[in-house]
Amino acid sequence: MSYKAKFRVWRGEGGEGRLEDFTVEVNEGEVVLDIIHRLQATQAPDLAVRWNCKAGKCGSCSMEINGRPRLGCMTRMSTFTEDETITVTPMRTFPVIKDLVTDVSFNYEKARQIPSFTPPAGVNPGEYRMEQIDVERSQEFRKCIECFMCNNVCHVIRDHEENKPGFAGPRFLMRIAELDMHPYDVADRKDAAQDEHGLGYCNITKCCTEVCPEHIKITDNALIPMKERVVDRRYDPLVWLGNKIFKRSTAKS
Amino acid sequence: MEIERHEYDVVVIGAGGAGLRAAIESRQQGKRTAIVCKSLFGKAHTVMAEGGAAAAMGNVNSSDNWMVHFRDTMRGGKFLNNWRMAELHAKEAPDRVWELEAWGALFDRTKDGKISQRNFGGHEYPRLAHVGDRTGLELIRTLQQRVVALQQEDEKLHGDAEAYIKVFQECTVTRLLKDGDAVSGAFGYWRENGRFVVFDAPAVVLATGGIGKSYVVTSNSWEYTGDGHALALLAGAKLINMEFIQFHPTGMVWPPSVRGILVTESVRGDGGVLRNSEGRRFMFDYIPDVFKDKYATTEEEGDRWYTDQANNRRPPELLPRDEVARAINAEVKAGRGSPQGGVYLDVSTRLPAAEIIKRLPSMHHQFKELADVDITQEPMQVGPTCHYIMGGVEVDADTGQACVPGLFAAGEVSGGMHGSNRLGGNSLSDLLVFGRRAGAGAAAYLDGLPSRPRSSEEAVAAAEAEALAPLRRAGENPYSVHHELQRTMNELVGIIRRSGEITEALEAVEKLKERAQGVGATGGRIYNPGWHLSLDLRNMLLVSECVAKAALLREESRGGHTRDDFPGMSAEWRRRILRCSLSGDASGVTVEEKAQPPMRDDLITLFDRAELAKYITEEELADFDALVKE
Ligand SMILES: Cc1cc2nc3c(=O)[nH]c(=O)nc-3n(C[C@H](O)[C@H](O)[C@H](O)COP(=O)(O)OP(=O)(O)OC[C@H]3O[C@@H](n4cnc5c(N)ncnc54)[C@H](O)[C@@H]3O)c2cc1C
Ligand code: SF4
Ligand code: SF4
Ligand code: FES
Repeated sequence: MSYKAKFRVWRGEGGEGRLEDFTVEVNEGEVVLDIIHRLQATQAPDLAVRWNCKAGKCGSCSMEINGRPRLGCMTRMSTFTEDETITVTPMRTFPVIKDLVTDVSFNYEKARQIPSFTPPAGVNPGEYRMEQIDVERSQEFRKCIECFMCNNVCHVIRDHEENKPGFAGPRFLMRIAELDMHPYDVADRKDAAQDEHGLGYCNITKCCTEVCPEHIKITDNALIPMKERVVDRRYDPLVWLGNKIFKRSTAKS
Repeated sequence: MEIERHEYDVVVIGAGGAGLRAAIESRQQGKRTAIVCKSLFGKAHTVMAEGGAAAAMGNVNSSDNWMVHFRDTMRGGKFLNNWRMAELHAKEAPDRVWELEAWGALFDRTKDGKISQRNFGGHEYPRLAHVGDRTGLELIRTLQQRVVALQQEDEKLHGDAEAYIKVFQECTVTRLLKDGDAVSGAFGYWRENGRFVVFDAPAVVLATGGIGKSYVVTSNSWEYTGDGHALALLAGAKLINMEFIQFHPTGMVWPPSVRGILVTESVRGDGGVLRNSEGRRFMFDYIPDVFKDKYATTEEEGDRWYTDQANNRRPPELLPRDEVARAINAEVKAGRGSPQGGVYLDVSTRLPAAEIIKRLPSMHHQFKELADVDITQEPMQVGPTCHYIMGGVEVDADTGQACVPGLFAAGEVSGGMHGSNRLGGNSLSDLLVFGRRAGAGAAAYLDGLPSRPRSSEEAVAAAEAEALAPLRRAGENPYSVHHELQRTMNELVGIIRRSGEITEALEAVEKLKERAQGVGATGGRIYNPGWHLSLDLRNMLLVSECVAKAALLREESRGGHTRDDFPGMSAEWRRRILRCSLSGDASGVTVEEKAQPPMRDDLITLFDRAELAKYITEEELADFDALVKE
């Protein structure tokens, strides 16, 4: 059942690098990350790759496989033919540290720029009451494993370093939507979404949704509704005020 | 090369549930806190936890309370638990879960809007707060976001987000530093560039998780190389209960590359059943005497329990993990296994497809993506996998302090709370309860400290030389040493143990220790996994030696330690704890016995005499009788 596959893996550090060719054994049921590990164990002990769970739960092993952003641990070798050369490169939007490992600090900086969950004063731990149906919208976004592949693929920053300061990327625009839809969050997030975090840059191409390994409908369920909320807010402050009051009173009932 | 230095009040090693909760507490108590972790922030092992966090909130069944939870925990651990820890855990878990909600967590809800709770093995009532089957992700993200919230607060107050709490990610600690007897800091390297870093701090909290990477078949990630266990030993602390390793009954068995990956217990909690190749629900044949009156004896009763728990006993698929793992092992050995060497776990005939996808989304996804199996249509094949170590740093229950001043431990790296076997869901709650306590313990320790300790230059230089050694020699490939250790532990100190095999394992470990001295790492210092593994070997070997030595000494079977040559549970052995320390010449591990302190009166009287009689000695039983009479 095993065969020899042809791999081309990007190797290098400090801004320099090249694709290196390998021929490596593949066994039944294996995923791309298994093959990278076999390369480490047998041919290239210092080949750098991030991974943790090997079960699609931690979002560490993001890489580009034949040009597509994928989790290495969830990409089965059986999706390729045996004579295909498989090219593995690091995520393109972030600076490479070494081989397949990139500097993802952009994402952590953006995370810190988004004001945290803001509950109303006077609700103590243990007093929260929420209906399942009201938490489900935000729960979908909280499935995010922070693989950062959506931010990697979004054309606003993929080849546009200059847009990075003003654009939080789909991952963190979705975080704003998640908080805005949280039954107990009372912060006003609409203006900032547009003015500080760059929601307006998004022209709903849905590339982020396509690569999301958690199958979160980032564009349809987070970004578009958030855009609508911003628009409502901008044209009709009363609607916004009404929504917010309604939200708080149902949360407390 | 100049070594980077940072001064903190508290250094927390580990950014899983325990580490983050400890750091949040220490920062909330006004201490300057560093969080150091091997992987990226938010990726720690806790992220993988699926089923839930156990807390007796009584939202689903109002009969639940801390005393019931305490009893379940002690029973699950076969009464070997540190009872004070089990008590604190049962009492404080609800507050810790509610607090997460106030920090933004969104748990699944009951009909009346409270946090929903699910059934799990060994828990008398539905008790696990959960979010589908990704509870660990919710827990870690909430704590991560709480750290960010505190940083935003500091940014406003001090103009510097990292003034009071800072994360050092992808930074591995290789040594704890000491000033005399007390801890004075930690030494480590940045994975990204291989540079060294010293943390100067009077208090260090270990929250490094477990040791599963010493085994081939494991649900654990690369991080679980037992670093914290080894760091503690090397710094003079003691490890207890190291012979107790939980083999989770249901890991994936196929395809080979995913062997060991966890199949959550919620599958059984939500109705999944185990069958052998003959189609028999074999768990009915494996209900041990101590649990006879608590589990259904017919399939009909077991099935009724899912809808009417008041009038039926639970199905034996929900026995504690050690029982289920041994049963599966025995079925496979008897030739009644599935084609790929496991047994069948089936929900497809038990719940409608839509319900399965809703309740077990990650399991559905995992099997579909990794094994081409649609769990709504066909059974899964599962078998035991190395999952959790009950043993760890011996700590004071209330403060998390080890016997080394300034050293604290919480979470999987600490020992005692779970006795000989942990109940599912009791780890996530353990992380929160004892993470918070260790953070508070460290803060209190600092308040009582007259002056800051200092690390000696010699100790730093020695740590540096040790870390550089593999890069300086052209030696054996570290991956081969690692693979051999994994095979040794898996085969010889696995789920079923025998004196001869453990002795053989110990000999193998000695040889591997020598080989580890000679491994060489090719390549440079920048993100070099071969080098990192070379350094991890020391820790895995030390921990494996503890496991094997303690396993050889304990001549009984209990929880996560099954001796083929001593199949019974012994009341005498229940009173004894095995305690590992570094040997005098630092070349290995010595193990000594320590008496288990008797349970406090108000706690022991929470149990029936008949139940206690199954676990404790005649002498203890006489004391109990005298107590009850009073
Ligand atoms: C697949 C799976 C499912 C599980 N499901 C459940 C469940 O449903 N309910 C439950 O209660 N429990 C569950 N558990 C158990 C539970 O998840 C773990 O026991 C728990 O998360 C451990 O948390 P921790 O905080 O102790 O450590 P971890 O979350 O493992 O964190 C360890 C941290 O220490 C860091 N670290 C380690 N060594 C070093 C070093 N040398 N230097 C610097 N940093 C270091 C790591 O980078 C990491 O940040 C599950 C476990 C697994 C594997
Ligand atoms: S939908 Fe918006 S955020 Fe997503 S990739 Fe397209 S532009 Fe980027
Ligand atoms: S939203 Fe999806 S693609 Fe983006 S970081 Fe989260 S999991 Fe990854
Ligand atoms: S290793 Fe965790 S998602 Fe791939």
